[in-house]
Amino acid sequence: MSPRPAIVARDLTKRFGAVEAVAGLSFVVPPGSTTALLGANGAGKTTTLAMLLGLLAPSAGAIEVLGARMPDERYRALARINFSSPYVDLPLRLTVRQNLLVHAGLYGVPRPAERIARLAAELDLAPFLDRPTGRLSAGQKTRVALAKALVNEPELLLLDEPTASLDPDTADQLRGWLERYRAARGATILLASHNMAEVERLADHVLMLKRGRLVDEGSPAGLIARYGRNDLEEVFLEIARRPAEVPG
Amino acid sequence: MSGSLRRIHAVVMRHVYVLRSSVPRLLELVYWPTVQMVLWGMITKFVATESSLVATAGGLFLAAVLLWDTLFRCQLGVSLTFLEEMWSRHLGHLFISPLRPHELVLGMYLVSLIRTLIGVGGAALLAIPLFDFWIGAALGPALVAFFAAMVVFGWAMGLMIAAMVLRLGLAAESLAWGFVFLLQPLSGVFYPVATLPGFLQPLAWMLPSAWVFEGMREVLLEGRFDAGLLAGAFLANLVWLAVAAVVFVVLFRQARDRGLLLQVGE
Repeated sequence: MSPRPAIVARDLTKRFGAVEAVAGLSFVVPPGSTTALLGANGAGKTTTLAMLLGLLAPSAGAIEVLGARMPDERYRALARINFSSPYVDLPLRLTVRQNLLVHAGLYGVPRPAERIARLAAELDLAPFLDRPTGRLSAGQKTRVALAKALVNEPELLLLDEPTASLDPDTADQLRGWLERYRAARGATILLASHNMAEVERLADHVLMLKRGRLVDEGSPAGLIARYGRNDLEEVFLEIARRPAEVPG
Repeated sequence: MSGSLRRIHAVVMRHVYVLRSSVPRLLELVYWPTVQMVLWGMITKFVATESSLVATAGGLFLAAVLLWDTLFRCQLGVSLTFLEEMWSRHLGHLFISPLRPHELVLGMYLVSLIRTLIGVGGAALLAIPLFDFWIGAALGPALVAFFAAMVVFGWAMGLMIAAMVLRLGLAAESLAWGFVFLLQPLSGVFYPVATLPGFLQPLAWMLPSAWVFEGMREVLLEGRFDAGLLAGAFLANLVWLAVAAVVFVVLFRQARDRGLLLQVGE
């Protein structure tokens, strides 16, 4: 018997008035995999992540995350999930340590001081652990955001544009940390991105979104081969520039 | 500590860390209640020379202003605690954690109580050397009940305002500073409810604060504690707490439906 999927989305739809941000999206994320939601701005990536987290109520469809129906059974799953996004911040007046202590408390992490010390060592936070978060550089803030996302050692990590606005060196380090975490924990990662190099490096499976719909999916290498292109960016551009299908 | 208590503790500590790290913030908590107390203390001193009523019950205005500030600071404490999460774009992190909405609300209530004890407590202590007035001696044990009634009403108002700001956005944040003053004339802070026009009096009795200030005057002017007035305050509080909970749940669901929980911030 195959293990239970980390995420199952069936006919997921979100309408904001007349606008259909996500339209009948169905996909499965296997446990232990890294799956990428790929699409242009407005493709529905962040909306999909918000629905998976229970932050946004779907207009239609069903979601199961780690075996819990969302949003009704979300408290069965939330302690085993975490999330990082440029749309949310940590309080800037709190020090890094205080922020991590607060989130360790929210997630019921046993021995939080030890956990924070371990994260500080792994992510090189020690030099600024007692500095206010607002006084950190963009790269340092990203490491702190990742530390917050890993504070409860999540089985499922959802990341929205994890390397947006980072320099190539910091972005590369972050990808390395994510790879090591997944390997060590056996965690599942779902990331929304339009950074093709990142997706090619990290993802086992890619879900290509366009205007809220799933237009294609497969492994990065499989997609590149199927479209006869050199890299994922060319595949992305072909899909993005393809004229919209007219229903009927 | 159980999971729920740990989460509430985390919410409280998030705001205690901010208070602890900033002396100006702590001073600001005491500043406005103290300004009000000094103002009404001076008015009391002046009016006492002209009025036998105020001369008899010298603490009438001071006790009133301290109890009113308890309501205002508690409401503001809840509303600002929530606004602080919106300003710092932290709400999304809270709502994807295992923190339940009622735990967030309890945490906000505790933070507002801490802020009120610092602010109004500081002003009450300063009234001793400045005006030879100690509210604990003036009201006796009834102070605890009056204080509790005002705290609970402040919580209910604060929660409703927080829910409205969540639904309407930060453009509505001025509600946090101004809304409760709509209730001040109806609450009979400095005069009996009977002074109000007849058509406003039923509205006044819907407010726990009106019952508390009537009870406060009974103690200060008649020297007796009217348990019926206190019961009225707590009954009205039960209704307001229920209304606030319903408003919060309804507006929270609307916010979840419209995607406002993730995209809030300055």
